[in-house]
Amino acid sequence: MTTLDTTTPVAVPPKPAFKVDWVRLAPFLYTVGLFVIWEIGVRISGLPHTILPTPTRVFEAIIQYWSPIWKNSLQTLYTTVLGFMIAVVAGLGIGLFIGWSRTIYAGLYPIMVGFNAIPKVALVPILVIWFGIGTVPAVLTAFLISFFPIVVNVATGLATIEPETEDVLRALGAKKMDIMLKVGIPRSMPYFFGSLKVAITLAFVGSVVSETVASNSGLGNMMASAQSNFNVPLVFAGLLMLAVEGIAMYALMAWVEKRMTGWAHRSTMAN
Amino acid sequence: MASPLVSIENVDMRYGGPTGTLAVSGLNLKINRGEFVAVVGPSGCGKSTLMKLTTGLHIPQTGAVIVANQQVTKPVSIVGMAFQNPTMLPWRTTLENILLPLEIVERHRHRLRSHKAEYVAKAEKLLETVGLKGFGEKFPWQLSGGMQQRANLCRALIHEPELLMLDEPFGALDAFTREELWCVIRDLHASQDVTIVLVTHDLRESVFLADKVVVMSARPGRVISEHVVPFERPRQLELLYEPAFNEMVQKLHGEIATARAAA
Ligand SMILES: Nc1ncnc2c1ncn2[C@@H]1O[C@H](COP(=O)(O)OP(=O)(O)O)[C@@H](O)[C@H]1O
Ligand SMILES: [Mg+2]
Repeated sequence: MTTLDTTTPVAVPPKPAFKVDWVRLAPFLYTVGLFVIWEIGVRISGLPHTILPTPTRVFEAIIQYWSPIWKNSLQTLYTTVLGFMIAVVAGLGIGLFIGWSRTIYAGLYPIMVGFNAIPKVALVPILVIWFGIGTVPAVLTAFLISFFPIVVNVATGLATIEPETEDVLRALGAKKMDIMLKVGIPRSMPYFFGSLKVAITLAFVGSVVSETVASNSGLGNMMASAQSNFNVPLVFAGLLMLAVEGIAMYALMAWVEKRMTGWAHRSTMAN
Repeated sequence: MASPLVSIENVDMRYGGPTGTLAVSGLNLKINRGEFVAVVGPSGCGKSTLMKLTTGLHIPQTGAVIVANQQVTKPVSIVGMAFQNPTMLPWRTTLENILLPLEIVERHRHRLRSHKAEYVAKAEKLLETVGLKGFGEKFPWQLSGGMQQRANLCRALIHEPELLMLDEPFGALDAFTREELWCVIRDLHASQDVTIVLVTHDLRESVFLADKVVVMSARPGRVISEHVVPFERPRQLELLYEPAFNEMVQKLHGEIATARAAA
């Protein structure tokens, strides 16, 4: 792919003035490529806007409706991040609690799995009964859907301490608390930060689902009303904004993960 | 004659309740202060169990374990332990790993912060003794297996235990590294005032290092014989090729083969 015809003598290392880093460029090129194929495909097949609008039409819609799009994007970002942050705090707390002892782990794990199996969209009506429509059920749905992976990861990190490590410390007179502070918690951090990427993605799913069925604002609500007005380009504009927010938050979490637990990427312990 | 440092008297240890595995039965063993004892026996005979009984990680159902004139009812902090798997914490540097026991042991944990420099100096001295001078700032995953095991020995020794328990510490290493570490252990024992119990399945290792080799029967484990190793100290690696040495190794080998067959 990157073989360029060079006439440089073998002894001298080739040093072109601009070395194109194809790997770093690839995501952008592929994204542009996807849009180009989409554009051409729609134009050739002659599909109407009301079924599948071209990307140019979607960008037009973004410019045309910028003010509501911007407002609703911020609203969705706000509910998602708020729900996600509650999930981080609660997930960390519950994860530490569950991972504390094997008995608690054994007892609560099936309950958690059962809870996680419930489609969270089914909970939205209940949340609406309790809190009315609007921001609160969206935040709570984002929280409910995203905290499970955090809990499981933190608890797993704690529950899988090597027995030898525990023996070495217990022989020195370590209490359960010492073992948790010195080994358990640092050890579960890569699992925790790793789970944030999954959790933030799920949080978007939760907030948008809730906004779609039970809110007057947010991208979910905006897309639902655009759809009932047959404004398909606006629906796609909403999707595009969601994708942008999702990628940005995911990248942020990946960065945080790397910053906080660099050691885990080098050593073979956590993967 | 002073009383032995460790005295195991008629101990039975059963895992997992009254109907569980009887790991050791009628176990008797005495270890004197300053002695180097190697424990050998067929695999699964209860060697690691013996370690855990001595350190107070397990409490026997019958019989008594007495360490430093006290019956063991909870973990005894005068011991240091090292296992086959070095279990260094990857988020700590080697030096921080070695200092870990000091954050736990009652006697040191309250002094650690105020006397940090003193403890760090001690850790660095230990690192030097095992041939790891200057590696304290490296993370364990930057070290080879043999180096990790050396650091592991430092961690087991940092709180100046009277008793060092080693459970197959060199099992995962190649032959050359293993012989290097034998010399490290030999020199540690010679230079420090420490009693060492080494569990191993390598009979040459046991004869090369120990003052006394203890042979255990197949499960449920008990001591079937004790052999005093007659070779003079300091011992050099050349000893490994002497006929008397190999004779002793062969004799032990025969005994363990019989013990296995009896199971
Ligand atoms: N935690 C445990 N629970 C149940 N059985 C165990 C446990 N630890 C060891 N055993 C059993 O006790 C016996 C002795 O084990 P161990 O002391 O580890 O042997 P060795 O170290 O000599 O190979 C084995 O049969 C083993 O299966
Ligand atoms: Mg063992």
